[in-house]
Amino acid sequence: MENLSHILSADMLFMTLRLAIPIGLAAIGGTICERSGIVNLGLEGMMLMGAFGGVLGSHITGNPWLGIVFAVFIAGAMGLIHAVLCIHYRTSQTVSGVGINILAGGLTVVLTRAVWQVDGRSGAVERIPTVTIPGLSDIPALGALFTGQSPYVYLTVAIAVAAWFVFYKTKVGLRLRAIGDHPQAAAAAGVNVKRYRYAAVITSGMLCGLAGAYLSIVHSNMFINDMVAGRGFMALAANIFGGWNPIGSILASIVFAFAQAMRITLALDIPDQFIQMFPYILTLLVLIAAGRKARGPEALGRMED
Amino acid sequence: MPSIEMRGITKRFSNVVANDEVTFCVSQGEIHSLLGENGAGKSTLMKVLFGLYKQDEGEIIIDGRRVDIRSPRDAYHLGIGMVHQHFMLVNNMSVLENIILGNEQGNVVIDKQKNREIVQRLSALYNFEVDLDAKISSLSVGMKQRVEILKTLYRGAEMIIFDEPTAVLTPLESSQLLAMLTDMKKQGKTIVFITHKLGETMAVSDKVTVLRGGKLVGTLDTASTTPEELARLMVGREITFDIDKKTKQTGEVVLSVQGVKLMPNSQSTCSFDIRAGEVFGVAGVDGNGQQELEEVVMGLTGCKTGRILLNGKEISSMSVAARRKLKIGYIPSDRFKQAILPRYNLTDNYLLGNQFSDDFVKRGIVSHKFLKKRAGEQMKGFDVRFADDGQSMNSLSGGNQQKFVLSREVGKNPALIVACQPVRGLDINAIQFVRNTLLELRERNKAILLISAELSDLFQLSDRIGVLYKGDLMAVRPAEQYTNESISLLMAGREAGDADETDR
Amino acid sequence: MKRIADYLPGILYAFAAIVLAILVSSGIMLLIGNDPLLAFTALFDGAFGSVNSLANTLSMSIPLMFTGLAFSYAMKGGLFNIGGEGQLYIGAFASTVVALALQGAPAVIVMPLAILSGMLAGGLLGGFIGLIKVKLRVHEVIVAIMFNYIAMLLTSYFVNGPLLAEGSMTPQTERIPDAFLFTRILPRTQLTTALYLGLVVAVATYFFFKKTRIGYNIRAVGENPTAAKVSGVNITATTMLAMGLSGSVAALAGITEVFGKHDRFIDGFSPGFGFTGIAVAVLGNNNPFGIIATALLFGALNSGALRMSHAAGISSSMVMVVQGLVILFVATPAITRGIFKAVRVRRLAHGKP
Repeated sequence: MENLSHILSADMLFMTLRLAIPIGLAAIGGTICERSGIVNLGLEGMMLMGAFGGVLGSHITGNPWLGIVFAVFIAGAMGLIHAVLCIHYRTSQTVSGVGINILAGGLTVVLTRAVWQVDGRSGAVERIPTVTIPGLSDIPALGALFTGQSPYVYLTVAIAVAAWFVFYKTKVGLRLRAIGDHPQAAAAAGVNVKRYRYAAVITSGMLCGLAGAYLSIVHSNMFINDMVAGRGFMALAANIFGGWNPIGSILASIVFAFAQAMRITLALDIPDQFIQMFPYILTLLVLIAAGRKARGPEALGRMED
Repeated sequence: MPSIEMRGITKRFSNVVANDEVTFCVSQGEIHSLLGENGAGKSTLMKVLFGLYKQDEGEIIIDGRRVDIRSPRDAYHLGIGMVHQHFMLVNNMSVLENIILGNEQGNVVIDKQKNREIVQRLSALYNFEVDLDAKISSLSVGMKQRVEILKTLYRGAEMIIFDEPTAVLTPLESSQLLAMLTDMKKQGKTIVFITHKLGETMAVSDKVTVLRGGKLVGTLDTASTTPEELARLMVGREITFDIDKKTKQTGEVVLSVQGVKLMPNSQSTCSFDIRAGEVFGVAGVDGNGQQELEEVVMGLTGCKTGRILLNGKEISSMSVAARRKLKIGYIPSDRFKQAILPRYNLTDNYLLGNQFSDDFVKRGIVSHKFLKKRAGEQMKGFDVRFADDGQSMNSLSGGNQQKFVLSREVGKNPALIVACQPVRGLDINAIQFVRNTLLELRERNKAILLISAELSDLFQLSDRIGVLYKGDLMAVRPAEQYTNESISLLMAGREAGDADETDR
Repeated sequence: MKRIADYLPGILYAFAAIVLAILVSSGIMLLIGNDPLLAFTALFDGAFGSVNSLANTLSMSIPLMFTGLAFSYAMKGGLFNIGGEGQLYIGAFASTVVALALQGAPAVIVMPLAILSGMLAGGLLGGFIGLIKVKLRVHEVIVAIMFNYIAMLLTSYFVNGPLLAEGSMTPQTERIPDAFLFTRILPRTQLTTALYLGLVVAVATYFFFKKTRIGYNIRAVGENPTAAKVSGVNITATTMLAMGLSGSVAALAGITEVFGKHDRFIDGFSPGFGFTGIAVAVLGNNNPFGIIATALLFGALNSGALRMSHAAGISSSMVMVVQGLVILFVATPAITRGIFKAVRVRRLAHGKP
């Protein structure tokens, strides 16, 4: 009984949200990219670049909001590299993703050292403040949702809803979904497949930038080596677990985050490693159970013509 | 005045001339059948018209105006649509979504209601009865084809090209489709349909244009021609027996196919024997069970009904490897996909299919000395032109690749050789070489199963010929008992009775 | 003579990719105000300048030899084994457990047994990924990534809990008895006889693919699965075998690290050898000797990194940048080809043939 009230407590809810945000944003990025038929194993590296970019932007301008702009720009550039290699040069998408992760792992450390003269971490920078929305915060019970929250909470929800809307209600979404499943059919219907793919891969990079900046200038106020710590791969898992759907990606991220929040707030007797394993086992089970049925986009990873 | 005129169209693919100065005219509001054997250049010609290929020579004139069609988009602007043989449909999306894709109503957000109304109106006009909200993956092939037709109509096509539209349909669906074509004609649409089937050509078309070997044979009014004339125009070649094929005594039964069902909806099962020293030819239009026959004999697909015996021993349930050990020579129909490792060298390629033989591999270790020696001898024996056995397979020409496959498959001294489309895509010299080799094997008392789309080869090489249509053996007779017409009709699914009449 | 000529284009592209990566990283160094010449000279010196640094280079290349070779087993079969990281953890862990359980038994028995158990564990994990791939058609990359984390976390649980060394502050097992460890080739360096094992596996790999039926079947499936099936190869078994062998060779990377350097299983001991192995194999063109050469190159980069860092005042992670760039360039021959072409055109324009 006591446990149950803990699970449903506001603390638990906010912890879950905080943990879900970076995974969810990157997962939506993964969804957009993979729906265009391009595999993105570089989410991890793109997030890392975003985390670094956020701190750099905040450091240079003193304005954390501009830090976010930096993050989006730098991670978007990584997306552009992945796009050019995969779409223009037809590099193996998997190898390109692996290469981007290694490159980002090195580059962020090198640049951190170059700016702050230390290996391992940056100096402290301005972070994004929390906001309290006047009016809404006074609502009983729900008020807490609008009190002292990071604007990222609302941003993430907005992005998820927007992504869903674009996917299922607009021309762009219809065409993107068609490209991921059957690019020849889309091309035969007059859709410029390459242009959509470029846009999708770059967008996924930008969303990773947003996710990375959350880790460095919202949740923290500095860049630390490898601070993404596998969240990019977890986002990939969330995208698969969520069925290559933006809302599904967010929900999967929340499920993953909930498991971790439970461990932290409840101090459960389950070893940490098993909680951390949870997202991967869950995704693996879904893949094995659904087998041939649960597929991503039909043409995912295949470059044709 | 014809609404569409293609003049002197020539289209080459590297060295192959797919269309050779073909002229093709279609008038507004007619159903025009484009008839020819496989590889006659029908699809190529229509892909040029639809903007998928660009012609090397010749011009296209629409309503008196010379046009340049660079993409399907251009074609649609000119009112030309195409229903492909392989549907261009997205399985995970609904019928409506597939139809509107690329031409959605609405600015940014899709105006679902408006789209639905337009498509519903079209669907009602032609009695299509399609559930617009169904997922494509849940539809039958016939329904998918209707969606493809609706797609072209939605895009405002006035003329619709159908590429072998009945090839994938059941008989009932086929007759429904033909009725639809007539309906569409009544609504003023122009129809071109590519086919090799005489029956449907006679049934619905107003005009028929026959292509053969990439060249135009002629355009006729359907009303003033007969199936027999069309068959002759389509096949063209005179039957010649100019190859020196000695009559000879055949030996024991080597391969016995007993009651094997080739295709899920074939009406009967398939049974035949091949004796030592006999060439058994299998005729038929591609896709009538030839692929299934070679696969079931080689063990690539399971044999669910009936059984297969090799030298009296049942092999139906043996694995491919076990059959390979019994030394069956196999020349698959698609050698590039099925018989070679393109980027590996010739020696490595010679091992393919021989890796289960104790001569080549002893206790799991490849005996390279033997392999190299045998490969070298056989390749020379078969006149494979190569500089050195370390060169990669894809550096050989098509003819040389086929000779290579022949040398490898014959080199194991098999009792049975399964040769599928062995001369496809070869030049004259290579064709002659392959033919002579097969006859020589016949002399050496091998049993040969020859599956070919080339009637002239079948006639010249086979002792007996079986005709496949939709997985059924329509007839098995000595080669001399067929005529060009009778075999064409059997290949087109006309009953043996009809064929016998024309024989007389 | 012909043989070397065969490999020349591959070697040329690999070399061009390395040069490009060095040029781009030099550009990055210039941008952030470092001296690339100084950095690379120091790096070279740090990797090859003395017997000890040479030994360090060799020792750092050992795990990359194994992960690179491991990747090539799968790649020859047309499979992308991104799961080397998980396989090396599971393998190293299984070996450690066996070695710790059999303390006191003779080394001639325990060492082979421990190594084989580790290889078996890695092989089973790889083979299972292969099985899921053929039977359920789930892409091996996704499954392997999931297993990477599961394997890492599982071993982490054990060395943090049940198998944590008594009194240890860091998550690690008890020390493995000296008798079971690889012998040092040079005293006071980390270079052990594991190097020979790496070379033996490379030669074995070469012969496996060149000489054996199974190796041939794997290559045939990788090049043309349809033709392989037509020739009688069992695709399911061969795919599982390719992934299994890949997993067991990857396991050797972890085993040699534990039994050669750390002397115990330490939580999270691999800095991504499994992933770097992919770069090694791609750059080595999946050829065992190319992989050995590339592993040495990457080992040199890693071992010279510290000297470079001190001398040029740059983070030692610069070598990761070089490695990341190398993998991107070598996987994209179109870029190098474009540069070759541009150079040739310019030469022609200058009238030099």
